[in-house]
Amino acid sequence: MDFFLSRYRNLSVLLIVIVAQLLLIAYQVKSNKDVPMLRVWAVTAVTPVEASLEFIRRHTWGYVADYFVLLNVRSQNEKLKQENGQLKLDNQYLKSELSTADRARALSVFQSRSPSKFLAARVIGNGTGANSKVVFVDRGAASAVENGMAVVTPDGIVGKVVDAYPTASLVMLITDGNFAAGVVSEKNHVRGTLKGVGHGQCQVDYVQNEEKLDVGEWFYTSGDDRIFPKGFPVGQVTVVRTGKTFKEIYVNPSGLQGGAEEVLIVLQGVHQPIPDAASAAPGYKILAAPTDASAQTPQAEGGQPSVLVTDADRLREQYKQAGAAQNHVFGEGTPGSKPPDFTKIQGIRGSTPPPLTPKPVVPNAQPGATANTGAAQTGKPPLNPQPGTAANPGATSAIKPPASKPPATEPVSASAPPKTRPRPTAPILITDPTDADPDATPPPPKSEKPAPKPPVIRQPNPGNHD
Amino acid sequence: MTEFTERLLTSPRKDANDRFRLIWLIIIPLIAILFQVYVPRFLSFLSYLELPLLITVHYALASRGPIAAVFYGMSIGLVQDSLSHQPIGMFGIVKTLVGYFAASVSMRFDVENPLVTFILSFFFYFFHQFFYWVLQRALLGDTLLFDFQQTLLFGLLNAAVALPLFRILDKLKVAG
Repeated sequence: MDFFLSRYRNLSVLLIVIVAQLLLIAYQVKSNKDVPMLRVWAVTAVTPVEASLEFIRRHTWGYVADYFVLLNVRSQNEKLKQENGQLKLDNQYLKSELSTADRARALSVFQSRSPSKFLAARVIGNGTGANSKVVFVDRGAASAVENGMAVVTPDGIVGKVVDAYPTASLVMLITDGNFAAGVVSEKNHVRGTLKGVGHGQCQVDYVQNEEKLDVGEWFYTSGDDRIFPKGFPVGQVTVVRTGKTFKEIYVNPSGLQGGAEEVLIVLQGVHQPIPDAASAAPGYKILAAPTDASAQTPQAEGGQPSVLVTDADRLREQYKQAGAAQNHVFGEGTPGSKPPDFTKIQGIRGSTPPPLTPKPVVPNAQPGATANTGAAQTGKPPLNPQPGTAANPGATSAIKPPASKPPATEPVSASAPPKTRPRPTAPILITDPTDADPDATPPPPKSEKPAPKPPVIRQPNPGNHD
Repeated sequence: MTEFTERLLTSPRKDANDRFRLIWLIIIPLIAILFQVYVPRFLSFLSYLELPLLITVHYALASRGPIAAVFYGMSIGLVQDSLSHQPIGMFGIVKTLVGYFAASVSMRFDVENPLVTFILSFFFYFFHQFFYWVLQRALLGDTLLFDFQQTLLFGLLNAAVALPLFRILDKLKVAG
């Protein structure tokens, strides 16, 4: 052994060093743990120097560059003044102002508008390695940055924190070959996995060939990866090809356009909705969505839509009205108690057809009278105009008393908003004599003309001495 | 064997006993690593300049001691690993091998000859990139593609940079 070590000393040292490093790698890969001590030392030694270099660069070369830019602008302005006059000069100035808009201001605006909690950071260096797609930012664990946090800009996602050191963090860019994130397309809601491919573009994998996807469509984060909150822009599709099993989709990452220098680390992410295709793709005029009547009409009791859709709905509503008119509360009666008289419901008997002529309005008589007012307010006819309700203004006008003698109680009109009124004490009006309630008053005569004395129900009104 | 090839293969170095000061042995790799992590932010085409590798090759060629070159390459590689997102040891292994082989080669060639310097720098760049790719596939299971043409091109560029860089580094040596 000694002979071997002395004879092949160099080779022995090489083998020992290589095996030691192989064991180190094996430990890290196998246990999925890192060697934080070495990394912290290296990063703590390098990043302050980087930060200092960046500071010096900003305050020296940055000023020099600004100086040359200003010189150029001045000479350009003079030339434009000679050529085009003051107007073009102003235009140039405004364009220049727009193009040199402060990115930090844009970041702060984005930060204030977004519901997520961000931490602004500055890129201070790249990772090592020729094909490396990682960068260092000047915020670390001391600023509450943790591994796995998302890094974004207002334009799109940038990457994620893979190592948080005390003074800096290592961010894996979305173009790195090991990067992956869940994404969803804007228009067709196609879900896939964003992967870096090591150069400027990214690939969206695991999208079936049958899925529809257009070039130019935007991808947004889906939130499935639990790293990026849902709704952050990712990039635009540049290539869509049919592959063997999945589509080949390439995306131009919007967050890395022009190089990310100031970024935002998402400390607390809040999922946001995926923007509509119309709003995310400006340049096309799209008409407003059609008005949804059911969305505008108020909800009836029990969460049922007030616009009755089916026959069963209508029948149910009739039963409810009949019960309410008799002061019956459904679901509270004890066994053996008197049920409501459903024979008062029009057309409940097969031999009794519903009335064809409009009936007089009995103000406040039907608790369900306001059920269709919502539809009336929307300007649309109700699906099932109930006689005697405000949604049937023709009926109201047909029995309206002469103007010289206004009724004591105003009839409910289509334009009037529904009012909360006391429960009616008036009897139920029945048009079918066979269903007549012995206690009820007789119905008005059926006629197309207004009745000479419409059955106006007077409310007790202390101010009215008629 | 012609006189030229004989001189390339057997000519002894004039400054074989020259050594670097310890401070330069620490500062030069740090500058190279700082250059690699900072400068490509502004000049992205310089990201393919593998200065830590060239420093390792130069030190190994100049020192002619395989053991010293092994540890020097390992140290630079481990610092590089610390600043990357790969497991620590990937660059370390590759640069350890580069240091060892470069030091071994330096005992057989006249490494002060620019042609030899160019060829060795090119060879070791290619070896470094290829072996790193092999390690990534073998140890980490990464399915990355090896861009042969790009590596050849960048190898030539690195070799071209190595010529003036080695001259400058030679000036920092002190007579032993």
